[in-house]
Amino acid sequence: MRLKISHTTRYRFEVPVTFGLQQLRLRPRSRRDQQVIRWDMTLEGATHQLSYEDHHGNYVDLIGFDRDCTELSVRCEGEVEIGEAHGVIGRHVGLVPLWLYQRVTPRTKAGPAVKALLKSVEGGTVLGRCHALMPAIAEAVAYETGSSESHWTAEEALTEGRGVCQDHAHVLIACAREAGWPARYVSGYLMMDDRTAQDAMHAWAEVHVPDLGWVGFDPANAMSPDEHYVRVALGLDYGDAAPVNGRRVGGEGESLEVAIEIAQQ
Amino acid sequence: MADRPIFDEMTGLGDEVRQPYANFHGWFEGEDPRHLRAKQREAEELFRLTGITFNVYGRAEAEERLIPFDIIPRIIAGREWQRLSRGIEQRVRALNAFLYDIYHGQEIIKAGRIPQDMISRNDAFEPQMIGVTPPGRVYTHIVGIDLVRTGPDQFYVLEDNGRTPSGVSYMLENRETMLQMFPELFTRNRVQPVQTYPTDLLNSLSACAPDCAEGKPCVAVMTPGIYNSAYFEHAFLADQMGVELVEGNDMRVMDGRLCMRTTQGYKPIDVIYRRIDDAFLDPLNFNPESALGVPGIMDVYRAGRLTIANAPGTGICDDKAIYSYMPEIVEFYTGERPLLENVPTWRCAEPAALAYVLDNLKELVVKEVHGSGGYGMLIGPTSSKKELSDFRKKLMARPSNYIAQPTLALSTVPIFTKAGLSPRHVDLRPYVLVSPQGINITPGGLTRVALKKGSLVVNSSQGGGTKDTWVLED
Repeated sequence: MRLKISHTTRYRFEVPVTFGLQQLRLRPRSRRDQQVIRWDMTLEGATHQLSYEDHHGNYVDLIGFDRDCTELSVRCEGEVEIGEAHGVIGRHVGLVPLWLYQRVTPRTKAGPAVKALLKSVEGGTVLGRCHALMPAIAEAVAYETGSSESHWTAEEALTEGRGVCQDHAHVLIACAREAGWPARYVSGYLMMDDRTAQDAMHAWAEVHVPDLGWVGFDPANAMSPDEHYVRVALGLDYGDAAPVNGRRVGGEGESLEVAIEIAQQ
Repeated sequence: MADRPIFDEMTGLGDEVRQPYANFHGWFEGEDPRHLRAKQREAEELFRLTGITFNVYGRAEAEERLIPFDIIPRIIAGREWQRLSRGIEQRVRALNAFLYDIYHGQEIIKAGRIPQDMISRNDAFEPQMIGVTPPGRVYTHIVGIDLVRTGPDQFYVLEDNGRTPSGVSYMLENRETMLQMFPELFTRNRVQPVQTYPTDLLNSLSACAPDCAEGKPCVAVMTPGIYNSAYFEHAFLADQMGVELVEGNDMRVMDGRLCMRTTQGYKPIDVIYRRIDDAFLDPLNFNPESALGVPGIMDVYRAGRLTIANAPGTGICDDKAIYSYMPEIVEFYTGERPLLENVPTWRCAEPAALAYVLDNLKELVVKEVHGSGGYGMLIGPTSSKKELSDFRKKLMARPSNYIAQPTLALSTVPIFTKAGLSPRHVDLRPYVLVSPQGINITPGGLTRVALKKGSLVVNSSQGGGTKDTWVLED
């Protein structure tokens, strides 16, 4: 399936930004079942500084705010061809050792709630348990737009009983690492069939399953990613894969507008 | 301990003056002790005037203190040094190969030469360095290899300092002071120079500049600021190299480069010799609370447009559990037998080793794997019953945090006391510079001396002093 994506983030600041940087992980890369046909990033109010590939293989762009910027827009536009692989990404490649994805991060540390949830789906294969975990997570953490804080941990989201896709992914990762399975966070796009305009970027998890390798699991939709999903960035948790990570001086009174449109070509 | 013979570097195991000291000893015998005492006081005054001080952490009453200097040099024969430097060079090559490997293919783990846990459970392993190849493939641009001696030919490596070895300013000031106080000694003895260190450092750092450097590379020294214990050294080295001393606030990322503020506007830096820990280097990529670092400095680094010396993530080779694998590490990467010996080390993470350590605590030195500066360690033979039992509890609570070593009969070198010469235990930190052009070892290094009679703790933070270290031309 070929998806045409346009994603615009527009910031407005009441007080001008005197100096600032944003680290962006917004460029998808091509891989076996995902061909990036074209991808362009246009900036207004900022200048591109540099690009590199980080240890997870993500494309990173560093941009610098233009002096006294009061409005910044980052517009990404591109086309991506997605193959249907039923969520299977395949064997682990790259220099990052698989054990790194077993490392517990503060956001994915298992507490009593995570441990209890993991226990509730005991038995069977890793694959089977991951499939069973997805609806359990969706039930335990009710999806509420804007309900969670981006610094929430998996344990906090479970305790609160609500969250967004980021929290669902963290809970699944926390369960997987608690069970000793390597797991990682994925940030990307999901095309919902019934609409073109999407609310936000999406997030899900991948677990390294014996014999299959990496397999994607989207607890928010209780399914493995199919050809509606575009992988953009990977990490141990949200912190590693965040689309935007910034620091600035000035720029008080921020307002943010996000417009994402995904359409099948 | 008292029953083991102690090797004195001036008189050996007897009363005969050893050859490297013969000339010095002759001179000393002819000097009036009162005159030398006056000289000793004069030396202390010189240090006060040059402003060489260090801060002791955890001591409010003594924020800045002078490190005591002793006027009796420590003397090493040229051929002794040659042997040592071959061993140091081999070890430093192995350390850099090890760092490259653990941040790339991790062949040493795949080969089963060190356990995966040593890396995967190590806080000093920096995932952001995976796949990053620093310019010139150099990780440890400046290394300090701490050595101790127990006999005429027995040297051991006590620890490796690949993160930020400090103290080189003392090496330089000690020599400067001796040259001023006793110029005649340097005409009687052919002592290999150390004063080229700042130039060598600048050349070595410049040789590691990234490809984007144009013309003569721009080098700067980055300090966390005046409250750091080694601030004096940061300022001293910048001054000696003739480069800028900068703090985080003086720099920002612009046009894809790390730039520093100058009177002519912002100027790109090619090589930053940073004396600030990884965690504080970059609030965008490491500790977001850090006010000392520069946001985006790691991005510039990862894009290959900056050399950070030493590279982030090198701290793993200072780990004392990794240290215990150094013989394997040297063999694995150089294919040679290690020329320098390690002190036998018990890894308390291993149950059998822990049991042995607990049974023999009174005979051993126990150190934290990430410790430095002599903090948090136990010296069994000189510890009280209460200290031993307190430490035992800490050790049992977190065995993997500790390693243990036998207490070595460290060599002594005389110091000048009111009663004349009196032996004190010493160690040695040679300074090693690494660049694609090769490995440069300054002859000698910093000799630290435990000023208290019988004490084995040479750390300046624990009451140690320093001496000028001479390597003679043969």
